[in-house]
Amino acid sequence: MSEGYSILMDTSKCTACRGCQIACKEWNQLPGVPTKNVGSYENPQDLSAATWKILRFSEGKKPEGQPFWYFFSEQCRHCMNPGCMAESEKDEIVQDEKTGAVLFTPKTKDLKYEATRKGCPFDIPRKDEKTGVLMKCTMCFDRITNNMEPACVKTCPTDALEFGPREKILDTAKKRVAELKKTYPKAAALNADDVRVIYLVTDDPKTYWKFAAGK
Amino acid sequence: MTNHWVDLKNSDCILIMGSNAASNHPISMRWVMKAKENGGKLISVDPRFTPTSAKADVYAPLRSGTDIAFLGGMIKYILDNNKYFKEYVVEYTDAPFIVGEKYDFSDGLFAGYNKEKRAYDKAFWAVKKDDKGVPERDPSLQNPRCVFQLLKKHYERYTPEKVSEITGTPVPDLLKVYETYAATGEKGKAGTIMYAMGWTQHTVGVQNIRAMSIIQLLLGNIGVAGGGVNALRGESNVQGSTDAALLFHIIPGYLPAPNESLPTLAEYNKKLTPKSADPRSANWWQNRPKYVASLLKAYFGDAATPDNEFGYTWLPKLDAGQNCSWLNLFDAMYNGKIKGFFAWGQNPACSSANANKVRAGLAKLDWLVNVNIFENETGSFWKAPGMDPKKIKTEVFMLPCAASVEKEGSITNSGRLAQWRYKAANAPGKAKPDGDIMYELMNKIRELYKKDKGKFPEPILNLKWDYADDKGHFDAHKVAKQVNGYFLKDITLKDPTGKDLNFKKGDLVPSFAFLQADGSTSCGNWIYCNSYTNAGNMMARRKKDDPTGLGLYPQWAWCWPVNRRILYNRASVDLNGQPWNPQKAVIKWVDGKWVGDVPDGPWPPMADKEKGRYPFIMKPEGFGASFGPGLNDGPFPEHYEPLECPVPKNAMSAQFINPTIKIFAGDMDKHLTCDPRYPFVATTYRVTEHWQTGLMTRWQPWLVEAQPQNFVEMSEELAKMRGIKNGEKVKVSSARGEVVAVAIVTTRFRPFKLGEVTVHQVGLPWCFGWIAPKDGGESSNLLTPNVGDPNTMIPESKAFMVNVIKA
Repeated sequence: MSEGYSILMDTSKCTACRGCQIACKEWNQLPGVPTKNVGSYENPQDLSAATWKILRFSEGKKPEGQPFWYFFSEQCRHCMNPGCMAESEKDEIVQDEKTGAVLFTPKTKDLKYEATRKGCPFDIPRKDEKTGVLMKCTMCFDRITNNMEPACVKTCPTDALEFGPREKILDTAKKRVAELKKTYPKAAALNADDVRVIYLVTDDPKTYWKFAAGK
Repeated sequence: MTNHWVDLKNSDCILIMGSNAASNHPISMRWVMKAKENGGKLISVDPRFTPTSAKADVYAPLRSGTDIAFLGGMIKYILDNNKYFKEYVVEYTDAPFIVGEKYDFSDGLFAGYNKEKRAYDKAFWAVKKDDKGVPERDPSLQNPRCVFQLLKKHYERYTPEKVSEITGTPVPDLLKVYETYAATGEKGKAGTIMYAMGWTQHTVGVQNIRAMSIIQLLLGNIGVAGGGVNALRGESNVQGSTDAALLFHIIPGYLPAPNESLPTLAEYNKKLTPKSADPRSANWWQNRPKYVASLLKAYFGDAATPDNEFGYTWLPKLDAGQNCSWLNLFDAMYNGKIKGFFAWGQNPACSSANANKVRAGLAKLDWLVNVNIFENETGSFWKAPGMDPKKIKTEVFMLPCAASVEKEGSITNSGRLAQWRYKAANAPGKAKPDGDIMYELMNKIRELYKKDKGKFPEPILNLKWDYADDKGHFDAHKVAKQVNGYFLKDITLKDPTGKDLNFKKGDLVPSFAFLQADGSTSCGNWIYCNSYTNAGNMMARRKKDDPTGLGLYPQWAWCWPVNRRILYNRASVDLNGQPWNPQKAVIKWVDGKWVGDVPDGPWPPMADKEKGRYPFIMKPEGFGASFGPGLNDGPFPEHYEPLECPVPKNAMSAQFINPTIKIFAGDMDKHLTCDPRYPFVATTYRVTEHWQTGLMTRWQPWLVEAQPQNFVEMSEELAKMRGIKNGEKVKVSSARGEVVAVAIVTTRFRPFKLGEVTVHQVGLPWCFGWIAPKDGGESSNLLTPNVGDPNTMIPESKAFMVNVIKA
């Protein structure tokens, strides 16, 4: 396999505009679903067949008393060795040779949903209740194989999302972590060796989202 | 903006106050984050910890409506700790000016106050002039009556402890902000301010911004890259509409609106053209008569002649002292004095402060024309909750119009950048571009005037009205060219070097320096002269060259005035024309000419005692003004409490509220201060997902999914006190109305300690309305007060009092 592509999600640059969340729906023509405000900006409440990307909001007080508000643009990590594929016997789930994108095909309707979902360390796969097909982020496969960035990356105003050849993204991540560590000793690139969608955080990953670094 | 969006990246310190830029101007954060990557600091000052605060190096909370106390404390800090940029302050600002003997300030009031009129006699604030009429200056800044010393004296009272008692900001947080921002007073450093409605929508709105302008002048931050005073405009073309005289007090290009006390053009020019006796002051507004004559020629064409004062008498005149601002118009409507109303591209039933009064006012109209792309709460006010359609006589017409991408034309952004847009698609059905609607409407009015001979037909029938293309449609290019202006006869003029330039009748005027007062040029808006020239449509340019490396992109679209990207850039250099910061040189004097941005005028640097000019060319005397004798509420900003506030007195003086505000006193003009029934401070704001009243976004499923319902954010302490759980529906009420909203209980709001007193604050977005989405909730402007700033009459939507209980 070639080195393929990667996405860097630098939470230190994310301003919670949710352009990525909306752009994902727009490009992939996913419907808006009815929601309620449940006491947070975060909506929809969870990933679904209609929602492949959610901006997770997390807030609280730091030990010294100042508030914090963390933003985490959750999506499929496109793992190097995808846990979801353990259930896949034929080509229900494929890993594209050239890009490294992990793709759910229509045949995923034949997979055991619960087992496939459990196999994912980040709890990403969701089932379309009407068709039985499993759905998630495709890394905008139709775009990236036509020399375009994924829709979420394209729309990000602060370059918190970056897309490119994996080596380049890994290099950027390394440099950025070194820079952030000067101010934030806990800065880290999450699971960089194992996933293609790499999150940069400046605090304990669980403070951002319970599955930020895996279950 | 004195600067522009991209320029934010050049800043050493960005203060975002009165704005939550990350949510409401998301793209601005692209440049803010670049500034941070380059080592710049970001400060966020906001009652609520916002997404902007989440990115800040320094965050400080303050109680809504106390910004002048906060900033006054910063002025004191800068002066006490000698953080100001002395060379800049002495040479380029009015700090050395000597103020006249009548000026005084005592216990919250300036000299010249008239209690009955609730107004000042501004003659009391005049500066001293020598026998030639030039302001007296003391460059040593030691004269006790110089602006610098008076400024020092005025803000002596604004100690950190006193400020903290008013704002609720802990003293260490205050000092951290002051220290961080004041560091930009060092020569070569730049600090900038990004503000929005959080500063303007107060009864002290203008003075909030003046306070920051004083700070920027003291620190030498105006005119430089990464500096300036930057208003983040809330709509894509609101800068353009302001330039084109959206507001009642001006005609296009910031020329004062004529009033009945100025019946002739000669009197208008004499009274309103500023004079300076100082030969070193450019006093650019001395050119005003040229701009007025050229505007009248654009309006009335050949019918405008020297004999009829170019049709000046045909312009509508305000009554002397008449104020036709928003709050007054809707008050008149509510009182039955206005019969018809075009609600054009707006939704006042949700956007206006005290929206219940607006809705009641709409019911008193004979007719209402609602020009919009969607149904909205204004056009459908007659079937709103609580309205009885049978009792409403207003006839409502809906004119569907084209959306922004369905028409061609220019859009002027906050950075004064006019960008030409092409049409991407046709409007659906019979919807028409606004230009077509206006054009056809005026044609119809002219037909009727010709046929029925209405009263005072001259302005209608003499209007130059030939902006249609071959097919009879409104032609944006024809209008843009008229806005730029034409030579109306063959003429020879001199360029700045004295060389002859020959122009032909019908040539587009290359720059406002060539506009004339004798009727030989036309120009629809002098600040846009140079935007559409014989070389083509400058606004449609898309070249990405960046010769200075500062992100000025001089050939990307076009910026007023004359493509100058940073205003007052002559203040970015020393007396010899050399930049304070050579690494970020906006302009520089090299071998007898300026290089870089378009300089503020062609004159050589000020070291040339004869030809040099002071840098603040739009001020009559040429100096940046810390002392503002032109405003209605005082020459220095002073802290007053909002009309509705949680404290029984002003801790700074005996003057409780701004002594010059107009207080409406009708049956729907209620306000209650320090009233136990409404114990909590409230403010309103926007969210990223919805635009303004949500008129355009509340129909969009992806956006509604992300932000479905009105909400009210509050501290954990307040929620506990009221027994409110996160996510529960609560009722928020004020003296004027109530809304139901979902409670967001958060650590991002914290109670304020004002001395011994604890004060709570809540905040709500104002993007919802009863039409859509279902169960989205009502407009939070049902709560806000219709009281305005004494200079602008912008409503005080950002500080008022409410109660919150479980619904």
